[in-house]
Amino acid sequence: MSNVNWLTTLGILPLLGAVFVAFLPKTNALAAKRAALATTVFVAIAGIAMATQFQRDNVDLQFVESHSWIPTFGINYAVGVDGIALVLILLSVLLAPIVVLAGWNEASGGRWSAKTFYILILILETMMIGVFAATDVFLFYVFFEAMLVPVYFLIGGFGTGKRSAAAVKFLLYSLFGGLLMLASIIALYVISGEQGGHTFDTVTLSHLQISSTTQNFLFLGFFIAFAIKAPLWPFHTWLPDAADAATPGTSVLLLGVLDKVGTFGMIRYCLTLFPDATKTFTPVILVLAVISIIYGAFLAIGQTDFKRLIAFTSISHFGFITMGIFAMTTQGHSGATLYMFNHGFSTAALFLVAGWMASRRGSSKISDFGGLQRVTPVMAWVFFFAGMSSLALPGLSSFVSEFLVLVGTYTRYPVAAIVGTFGIVLAALYILIPIQRSLHGPIMPGNEGLTDLNLREKIAIAPVIAIILVLGFYPSPLLNVINPTVTHNLSVTGHTDPAPSIEKAGK
Amino acid sequence: MSSFTAPVLIYSLLAPILIVLGGAVIGVMIEAFASRKIRPVLQLSVTIGTLVLAFAQVWHIRHQETASAAMGSAVVDGAGVLMQGAILFIAILGVFLIADQENFTVIAAAVPGSEEETQSIQSGEQLTEVYPLTLFAVAGMMLFPVSTDLITLFVALEMLSLPLYLMAGLSRRRRLMSQEAALKYFLLGAFSSAFFLFGAAYLYGYAGTVSLSGIGAAITAANGNTVFLLIGIAFLSVGLLFKIGAVPFHAWTPDVYQGAPTPITAFMAAATKIAAFGALLRIFYVGFENAYWDWRPLITVIAIITMLFGSVVAIAQRDIKRMLAYSSIAHAGFLLAGVLALSKAGLDASIFYLIAYGVATLGAFGVVTLVRDSSGEITDLNRWAGLGKRSPFVATLFATFLLAFAGIPLTSGFIGKFSIFSAAYENGNKSVVIVGVLSSAIAAYFYIRVIVLMFFSDPVEDGTSVIIPSFLTRLSIVTAFAITIFLGLFPAPLLNFISSTAIFIR
Repeated sequence: MSNVNWLTTLGILPLLGAVFVAFLPKTNALAAKRAALATTVFVAIAGIAMATQFQRDNVDLQFVESHSWIPTFGINYAVGVDGIALVLILLSVLLAPIVVLAGWNEASGGRWSAKTFYILILILETMMIGVFAATDVFLFYVFFEAMLVPVYFLIGGFGTGKRSAAAVKFLLYSLFGGLLMLASIIALYVISGEQGGHTFDTVTLSHLQISSTTQNFLFLGFFIAFAIKAPLWPFHTWLPDAADAATPGTSVLLLGVLDKVGTFGMIRYCLTLFPDATKTFTPVILVLAVISIIYGAFLAIGQTDFKRLIAFTSISHFGFITMGIFAMTTQGHSGATLYMFNHGFSTAALFLVAGWMASRRGSSKISDFGGLQRVTPVMAWVFFFAGMSSLALPGLSSFVSEFLVLVGTYTRYPVAAIVGTFGIVLAALYILIPIQRSLHGPIMPGNEGLTDLNLREKIAIAPVIAIILVLGFYPSPLLNVINPTVTHNLSVTGHTDPAPSIEKAGK
Repeated sequence: MSSFTAPVLIYSLLAPILIVLGGAVIGVMIEAFASRKIRPVLQLSVTIGTLVLAFAQVWHIRHQETASAAMGSAVVDGAGVLMQGAILFIAILGVFLIADQENFTVIAAAVPGSEEETQSIQSGEQLTEVYPLTLFAVAGMMLFPVSTDLITLFVALEMLSLPLYLMAGLSRRRRLMSQEAALKYFLLGAFSSAFFLFGAAYLYGYAGTVSLSGIGAAITAANGNTVFLLIGIAFLSVGLLFKIGAVPFHAWTPDVYQGAPTPITAFMAAATKIAAFGALLRIFYVGFENAYWDWRPLITVIAIITMLFGSVVAIAQRDIKRMLAYSSIAHAGFLLAGVLALSKAGLDASIFYLIAYGVATLGAFGVVTLVRDSSGEITDLNRWAGLGKRSPFVATLFATFLLAFAGIPLTSGFIGKFSIFSAAYENGNKSVVIVGVLSSAIAAYFYIRVIVLMFFSDPVEDGTSVIIPSFLTRLSIVTAFAITIFLGLFPAPLLNFISSTAIFIR
């Protein structure tokens, strides 16, 4: 099977789907939806098929392809995946069909036809696969920046409320970070030229000798871009607005996949390219991560709107992921990677249900709901389940990852882990309070006529629930893929787990 | 008794310029002798034919490098050939836009608002003088980057400028503004020419020669009066920086860009920039190479303030043409980074950037010519609101050009920006790169604002519409669009061609 160009095929399929959709008549929204659904389902199947070919114990990049793209600058179209990238590509291809199916009527409130909506979604899927698969820093940057354009039009064109302002805010924040990263990339290019020839190959770049001052600056260029993307306090202010204005499906892709590019980039680029600078900045970043956890959680408690609430919970969760990464232990990294995957699904569940509730009620304000459990039992239960997943109830997948992150952090930075643990307590508050208000109690006026989930919505949410449950009890299929890469990454960059210490009895 | 030796000119190598000049003369003949009816068609075909023929000749001589094509006054080398080719290509696309005569007055000499003017417009006749003027300007532009002595440079500078001064005043609508633009351009241009000559005189005083390589050799020998050299470099730079619109010599740019007929603005913005930067690069790379440490601080400061000023002031603009003018100022700053690089990589990057930027600029102004109401073009940004709804195709094209200006990946602008900044960084100009990146972020704001306006605002009901463009206009804009995307996806062929071709011979 080695002669199949898995990653290129996977990346190009959605693009072909987009071209196909572009040729459909504008008035026939149904055909566009069906074509988009068929494409994304097919890509998901292809993605799973690819994952079965992945050799778990091989720490080298797999499914590697490399073609010269711009030889003048030593730029290659080079793709390949390690365990972490594979997991994130799986996340992207699995979420895409769910988003298309769940948001079947999302495009109707847009400025443009449904056709445009699905073209943008499919182009975005191509770029999501590309950004995780790229092993050439320049190629990564191209996907990193270019994917802003479809998201920008998805938010500004199909969102609600102050959609254009939110879209512009999102784009300008991301562009600013991206341009800082571009400056760092240019510097890397020049340094590589001084040390044996211009290249953008990630592996070659990681062997460069860079003075510590330069490393610090370059690290910051990359890190700020990723911290804006992830988003980490204090770079987060674009996210609540964007999540509020975007359609639920777009929000799922934005928070579930796109923001993961930030945390993925921290592992793939910050750590491996600038190991010394990473050590220098680790304390600062851990503080930011802990602040994000607590700050996001507190602000989530104070929200009156479901969409903004979910956005702030995500800021808290991204704090956990960042903390796990910069703890520099194997558990921390495995937990953070698993967290990225799990957070994608639990956020998807939350956002989709919140979207369904909002579209039925015509409002996403928490105070507009009450007693949903009696009116729409299935929807209420799904929301409850999603909430439990978000607060990391044992038995659900997010528990495994949150636990790993905290354990991994504690072995090296106990204070950060302990403060971070408060985030779990606060999570109970920000999830249980809205659940109590909206699902229980007397039926609020205006809620009587709400309809329960229909078959399409049930089908869309079923795989999400299944994945959350299965991985909660049996996370090893993913961990087996992630762990070898994590161990390899940490050993290459010179980190070892702290040895376990046991207090001698009787002292 | 010394005998007179006739100058040796290698006509085949000078042919591209001579062909264009010949075409211009034929154009003047047509004005004089052909009947008014057939003039438009005749002029257009002669002009296009001339440009294509010249382009073919440039392609033909691309490998015949020599410094003595015209007694050491003009040179044929890779960099010169590339720039001549780029100018001709831009000129062809520009003439396609100029062919849409709706933008031009019929009798430029008529008093604005007079009976004579009204009658001339009602007569349905067309202004065909613009074609030979364009050809004269193109010939000057082609000579400018291949001139190797200061006198030829000055002649070329005047040859390209004088027709442009006239062409800026030919707008059919808002005649007074157009004439004001022409006058302003002429007066400030005359000033800058004076500066140029002044600088040239000092350099002659320093080196005892006007040839660039001679000045270069004199700098290496370092036995002249350094004060003369510095004054010479400074004043010569002022003359050139004026042409490229660098701060603080930019004041004419917004007014002229706004006042000139839009097809002329398109041609001027794209082609003049290539010609002027071509000459600037040659002068600094060949003539002043060894005085790098003397001019580097000056050009660094100018590059930085040009980038920042252009980006910041563009934010406040309410007129699309003025906004594009300030954006062109910012781009002049980015291009100065390529001059600062002073390396082969810098030269390659500058040429690529000039081509990418020139094509996108032409396309963007081409789109501006299409958005009109009953009284002509609409350049007020507020009235562009909702354009994406009414004409999604045109709005998408314009958005693409804006994204290319902003340097978003998968457009030509990104590759250009990357290559020019990396070349500048390689030679230690970190401050320029950092300011460049930051001002790109600022510039992104006003490009995106226009996209928001076109796509995310509701249309205003004021009769704004996109006219159905003529075939030639369509061809020009779509070609520019295709090149912008193609160079973003597959820049390798052009980059390879440039890097294997572009050298300055001394």
